[in-house]
Amino acid sequence: MSSSITRRKVLGVAAGAAGAAAGLALAGPAAAAAAPARTAAPGSADFDEVYLGRHIKGGPSAHGGHHGGHEGHGGGYTVTIDGAELHVMRNADGTWISVITHYDPVATPRAAARAAVRELQGAPLVPLTLPVA
Amino acid sequence: MHIRKNQATLTADEKRRFVAALLELKRTGRYDAFVTTHNAFIMGDTDGGDRVGHRSPSFLPWHRRFLLEFEAALRSVDPTVALPYWDWTADRTSRSSLWAPDFLGGTGRARDGQVVDGPFARSGDRWPITVRVDGRDYLRRDLGASGRPLPTRAEVDSVLAMETYDTAPWNSASDGFRNHLEGWRGVNLHNRVHVWVGGQMATGVSPNDPVFWLHHAFVDKLWADWQARHPASPYLPAAGTANVVDLHDTMRPWNDVTPADMLDHTRHYTFDTAATAA
Repeated sequence: MSSSITRRKVLGVAAGAAGAAAGLALAGPAAAAAAPARTAAPGSADFDEVYLGRHIKGGPSAHGGHHGGHEGHGGGYTVTIDGAELHVMRNADGTWISVITHYDPVATPRAAARAAVRELQGAPLVPLTLPVA
Repeated sequence: MHIRKNQATLTADEKRRFVAALLELKRTGRYDAFVTTHNAFIMGDTDGGDRVGHRSPSFLPWHRRFLLEFEAALRSVDPTVALPYWDWTADRTSRSSLWAPDFLGGTGRARDGQVVDGPFARSGDRWPITVRVDGRDYLRRDLGASGRPLPTRAEVDSVLAMETYDTAPWNSASDGFRNHLEGWRGVNLHNRVHVWVGGQMATGVSPNDPVFWLHHAFVDKLWADWQARHPASPYLPAAGTANVVDLHDTMRPWNDVTPADMLDHTRHYTFDTAATAA
């Protein structure tokens, strides 16, 4: 079962990064806010699953989290639902929101993706519109 | 000078005129420009980067200016119209007259959340949702389905009692009045109301639901009430803060208005009940 050992190793690395970020967060809200946007966040491990019939996927952004010149969208983390990008954002306390549930923080990007799927009731996401302001 | 009234006290004629002005702004495309602006800011404002409209000290002056611009648009259609406010501590169920068919219409139907009565129902064909984040083009609501009730007067009073306007790090992690009113921390006032309404109101394109304006007009009134209770408490921060709108910094997207310009609402409108220091 070498594949599962590899999987554990990967998860171990991810957990280590998350632990480091958690330590930063414990240093206070100011430290968390000042942390680089690309710091791995607690609970932000990759995921890839089918939830209520929708394919949801999350992981570090290939494009580094830059949109329209703004820094820090989603903390460099991308979530998709059936391949369409769901705009997500990490709060200073480590919780997450998406454009579908923007006033209701949840613990992880996976929880944000699942909340969006429930809210969508089968509707497709429209392509991400970037801020113009 | 016009007066912003509690929605529960509006006459039938005032409701009719307010609704007609909303529908006219929608018909001409001016309404959707406000939805677009709001969504751009809500997606662009981040705790670790530039933040103007939300999760920052300028949440209150930004929305005051945004509502003033929207109200001016309404009044260009009908000069008798002013924005009403929804005191959700008092009118706290889906049976409130706010949600009657002669005003905003009610909650969405179970199957797809679609609002099926009132002037903004899809069947009237006058309220297409064009600025949207998903494929659905009809107004949706799910009043109260979040399971958490609307904030109580006691919860509002506990937030109004906070003396300090805002604190470092000036974002969703802050202590102080602004963030507790916004709702990222503590008993949760403003954010919780968005979630209680559900549908588009829970999303980044929340101004698609006309109740957005009545909700924010009450949040704005709570800012005025807080100022009356704490006349010695200034807007913060005063100057030199990275990524944040200080007292005399201009705010996007207008670039010609500062928080300092927005502190005194009586230059623009008054409320039907004067703010009290009690």
